[in-house]
Amino acid sequence: MKFRNQTKSDKVFLTVVMIILTAFFIVVLYPCIFVLSASFSSGAAVQSGKVVLLPVDFSLEGYKTVFNTPSIWTGFANSLFYTVFGTLINVAMTMTAAYCLSRKDMPGHNGIMFLFTFTMFFNGGIITTYLLIQKLGMLNTRWALLIPGAITVYNLIVARTFIANSIPHELLEAATIDGCSDFGYFIKIVLPLSKAIIAVLVLFYGVKHWNSYFNAMIYIHDKDLYPLTLFLRDILMADQIDPSTVSDPEMQARLAEAAGVIKYALIVVSMVPVLIIYPFIQKYFVKGVMIGSIKG
Amino acid sequence: MAKHDVVVSQGKRTLKKRMLARWQLYLLLLIPVAYILIFAYGPMAGLIIAFKKYNVRLGIFDSPWVGFDNFRKFFSSYKFPIIMKNTIVISLYSLVVTFPIPIIFALLLNCMNGRIYKKMIQTVTYIPYFISSVVMVGLIFQILDNRSGIYGAVYKMLTGTIGPNIFADGSLFKHIYVWSAVWQTTGYSAIIYIAALTNVDQSLHEAALIDGATRLQRVRYIDVPTILPTASIMLILAVGNIMNIGFEKVLLMQNNLNLNYSEIISTYVYKVGLASGLNDFSLSTAISMFNSVINFILLIVANWGSKKLSGSGIF
Repeated sequence: MKFRNQTKSDKVFLTVVMIILTAFFIVVLYPCIFVLSASFSSGAAVQSGKVVLLPVDFSLEGYKTVFNTPSIWTGFANSLFYTVFGTLINVAMTMTAAYCLSRKDMPGHNGIMFLFTFTMFFNGGIITTYLLIQKLGMLNTRWALLIPGAITVYNLIVARTFIANSIPHELLEAATIDGCSDFGYFIKIVLPLSKAIIAVLVLFYGVKHWNSYFNAMIYIHDKDLYPLTLFLRDILMADQIDPSTVSDPEMQARLAEAAGVIKYALIVVSMVPVLIIYPFIQKYFVKGVMIGSIKG
Repeated sequence: MAKHDVVVSQGKRTLKKRMLARWQLYLLLLIPVAYILIFAYGPMAGLIIAFKKYNVRLGIFDSPWVGFDNFRKFFSSYKFPIIMKNTIVISLYSLVVTFPIPIIFALLLNCMNGRIYKKMIQTVTYIPYFISSVVMVGLIFQILDNRSGIYGAVYKMLTGTIGPNIFADGSLFKHIYVWSAVWQTTGYSAIIYIAALTNVDQSLHEAALIDGATRLQRVRYIDVPTILPTASIMLILAVGNIMNIGFEKVLLMQNNLNLNYSEIISTYVYKVGLASGLNDFSLSTAISMFNSVINFILLIVANWGSKKLSGSGIF
């Protein structure tokens, strides 16, 4: 909407708004550009703080080292596994529960919903959960990262709200008259009409799996099962890549000097999957947050 | 009257029938309900070890009862005041800063002209939300490094010398924690307010314009009241979560130099129960239970307060 006849005070106000937002925009964007530039600079330039905006002494040594580190590949493959299968379990469980709980004609749906909602506000904490996982024999297995957290109640509420509000009730009546069972209605009608919400769930759960590290840290001891985030933690928080894991001897010698640039390259590499998918799901993401804001 | 009785008795008689008719739904719900009972209510039942002296060989049920000993042990520990202070300081500081900033951001963005630039700002400010806590903390360490980071480069440019190490000063911990969260989550948290602002009735703005209202006055009297209900719900949720500080990020940012400023209840629970050699499950469960109960009470109080004041609550 355009307004003519802006007063002087309005112009001042809008200019101030523009300045504040531009400043914030730069503050958010600048570190991203800095990391990208530093990752393409030489180790020496990064170490001595010469990189300010653009790459200095353009070089790929950071990336070469990262890709020559076998643990990075192990972590990448494991994270991909946890993300794909974990998200599959999440979405299947969440959609099933959301569909059933959206059916107001099912006696007891409010009681069962409360059973889920209550866990959002009160939980047993990490220690008793750990003891449970131990008791179930899931410690140090891939299951420990797939099964606990299979349903996030917040996402369940979002999905249930979507199904209840956006699939017309007449469809259920028509399907019932045609002899469709509750199970068939879920598979043939509800799921195909819920593509938008499934995309939202895939995004929320997928990012959660890709980014999680704490559960892996307490449940997994075997390095072959580590997700990428745990290797990242070891490298980013501790000071260097363990030289014994790098096969190339020449690389080993350069590691000390290149510590900084390796970290920047690693940050970029770990963000790549998310940044590739992000543009495609951005509109669903906003939609998901908005559905979630409807009181559940 | 008679007719009504018939309906009621029919309703009672057919409850079993109505449930039977929906048997497929109950069957589908079997796995999700079993999941929530085992993985959410199971650990809750396990909370009884807070009142026991847990012994691995005896198990949860046969370990001896000790009443409130574990709680007493925590409250009388010399770490208790430090941990409580850190938890309260960091969470209140967080709330006071990260709650209003997204609202202001959304209001400003709503005022701005120029669709493309606006869209660009939105898209870019969402991105940091997707950065994992591990990478985020790695990023903070790198950027604020006094030799190779942005901070180091700028400091050197201005003074010609190498700046002091920010991470060695524990009192800076809370600022780094809170302001990096502002950087990471403002865009994401603003979405909900931006959505609420698009629902403003445009005729209100037109009427206000005719009455000679300035843009700032329209923000004050039209936009702000529009997002107030949303904001109050978000505030309840934030208050209810006040003791659940971003635990992963704090844990990663801790070092020996800042521990006096960065140890909070949840990281302490982790250390007492799992990370240290002690593995005192009972004590750490008691501490975490103390935390959960306070949280729950805060949520109830915040919800009650919001209902009294604005008439809207989350339950």
